[in-house]
Amino acid sequence: MRQAHSMVGLFMLTFKRDLVLAYRRKSELVNPLIFFLIVASLFPIGVSPEPNFLSQLAPGLVWVAALLATLLSMESLFKSDYEDGSLEQLLLSPQPIFLVVLSKVAAHWLLSGLALTVVAPLLGVMLFLPAEGMPGLMLSLLLGTPTLSLIGAIGAALTVGLRRGGVLISLLVLPLYIPVLIFGSSAVQAAVTGLPLDGYLALLGAMLALALALAPIAAGAALRISVSG
Amino acid sequence: MASKWLPRWFFQLASPRWCYDFTGKLIPWFAVVGGLLLAVGIVWGLLFAPSDYQQGNSFRIIYLHVPAAILAQSLYMLMAIAGAIGLIWKMKVADMVAKSVAPIGAAIAILALATGAIWGKPTWGSWWVWDARLTSMLVLLFLYLGVIALNSAIENEKTAAQSTSVLSLVGLVNIPIIKYSVEWWNTLHQPATFTLTEKPAMPAEMWMPLLVMVIATYIVFGLAIILRLRNEILVRERRSSWVKALLTR
Amino acid sequence: MAQPLLSADSLFCERDDRVLFDGLHLSVSSGEIWQVEGRNGSGKTTLLRILCGLNSHYEGNLQWRGEPIDEVQDQFLTELLFIGHQAGVSAMLSPEENLRWQCALHPSLDASLVSTSLANVGLSGFEDVPAYQLSAGQKRRIALAKLYMSSAKLWILDEPFTAIDKAGVAEKESLILKHVERGGSVIMTTHQDVSPHMPLHTLNVEQFTSSAREW
Repeated sequence: MRQAHSMVGLFMLTFKRDLVLAYRRKSELVNPLIFFLIVASLFPIGVSPEPNFLSQLAPGLVWVAALLATLLSMESLFKSDYEDGSLEQLLLSPQPIFLVVLSKVAAHWLLSGLALTVVAPLLGVMLFLPAEGMPGLMLSLLLGTPTLSLIGAIGAALTVGLRRGGVLISLLVLPLYIPVLIFGSSAVQAAVTGLPLDGYLALLGAMLALALALAPIAAGAALRISVSG
Repeated sequence: MASKWLPRWFFQLASPRWCYDFTGKLIPWFAVVGGLLLAVGIVWGLLFAPSDYQQGNSFRIIYLHVPAAILAQSLYMLMAIAGAIGLIWKMKVADMVAKSVAPIGAAIAILALATGAIWGKPTWGSWWVWDARLTSMLVLLFLYLGVIALNSAIENEKTAAQSTSVLSLVGLVNIPIIKYSVEWWNTLHQPATFTLTEKPAMPAEMWMPLLVMVIATYIVFGLAIILRLRNEILVRERRSSWVKALLTR
Repeated sequence: MAQPLLSADSLFCERDDRVLFDGLHLSVSSGEIWQVEGRNGSGKTTLLRILCGLNSHYEGNLQWRGEPIDEVQDQFLTELLFIGHQAGVSAMLSPEENLRWQCALHPSLDASLVSTSLANVGLSGFEDVPAYQLSAGQKRRIALAKLYMSSAKLWILDEPFTAIDKAGVAEKESLILKHVERGGSVIMTTHQDVSPHMPLHTLNVEQFTSSAREW
């Protein structure tokens, strides 16, 4: 019983710690959101601002921007802990590393994926996404972005010991993001055309369940390997 | 450890020296049989097999494309399994196999894509089309490239082997998910695409040379892997007495 | 002879094609202080990290209380306190926040002793100051505060006295002595001169560099 209590305690304290750390390094909070907005703005500017054209692009485009913005913030998940030695202490804990990884990813998602989900309707408006698509947009992002954070954590864990892991993380993780992208943007597309969303959301949910079960284990193993060197 | 229920030959494989000697014996067989089958398959497929009633002679490229596609997928599995064995049982040879397979798998994936494009030009009119199989193959290539990139980014050999093993396993789990989602995406967006002819639907005169080609490419590229592996063994074991003796002969 | 706490047998480790040590033996029993010696780059830190389980690139046997360490990993970790080269201190958190998280990670640390431990290392009044505002020595002392809170049996300390002044060093030495008097053990590396009255066992890593290994 005491062990279970301390596991919950560790989860909550790690969660709180990561949120506090992010809050004190304020720039990390806002950068992914700014990036999200900039990427989405590049298309009207670089391609065409025409409403009919953009509204066709909108579902996929918001999703791609969310994907890239999540990736951008992934590198910082374990980096500072690696650099100051906290990661070593983490790995020496008798508590399951699964817990700590899950907790860190949850805190990270709160500040990236969830934040993006909240800001997404703004992008939808800028890209002329029809209003019917908005709920679908937010639901698909809500279910899909945690999976992105979980998979991204594996990439971050594999590259934490490297000096410039940034682009490498993207290379490793983007192919793995493709299924989430496909079903996420299709969900928005379905919402826009008035078709039922259930199937897509169920699939996104299934992928999230799989990621929740497997990603923290893979990330934990990768952390041990990265620190070993 | 889990060692008690594994057969002895499994651990014999763990010796780089034994592996080097054993693969040395395999080389002439692989070369001869593979070369023969390849020659037979190419001649049969490109010259003697009946031409497809719709596509004419351009479809013959499948005699290269399909074996390449099959092999690209099998090799990824081999790479992931070898990596897993190296990770769990700490076998150096397994790590070396995984490292040797990666660039060859990537090369075959590129071959599959290139032959797919060559097939596409006369068939669809363009060098590239986003159909399910080609797109899946492209993503498989990205997965290979990721493994290769991670391996070269990590300086410590053991850490690199372990990290890429984890990455290959994560990729392996994802491959069915990626294939399913890409196929689904494809049905949504493409009008009736010309899918590659499935083996059962083809008459025997068509799929028999294909089978020969599949076996031939397995053997020929298996040979390529063996050669790379032997190189890798020599490099990694360069301090051992048997390698030194070998090199001074 | 009581069973040793931590024993290492035939340890082999190499880095960049250079053998760091081969055939290294170490047996640490209850109540012993061990100093690991060797020049810079000889593998002292690597050895310590292997003993903790952070570094898996070695061959040989490690045993905790007579059992292979892989099989009793959790048990071993609850009885271990490791303070490494890096302090393990987050610069954006205060000493108190840092220690509280460490307590959640390591059940052998007593969270109720946070304030007194910080006072013992001379950081009372700084409990809520973010660590980046502290000096290097003060940051180091946050990590050393764990020594006052720990009920772990084995302490593995890598250069614990870096950036600590003479008085601080003397105090930590007496703390270490008290720990071993209670039956604990310490393995450490240090460049500082250790006071002569400390009962020390030494292990020189460089004694194990010659390798008769059959490759």
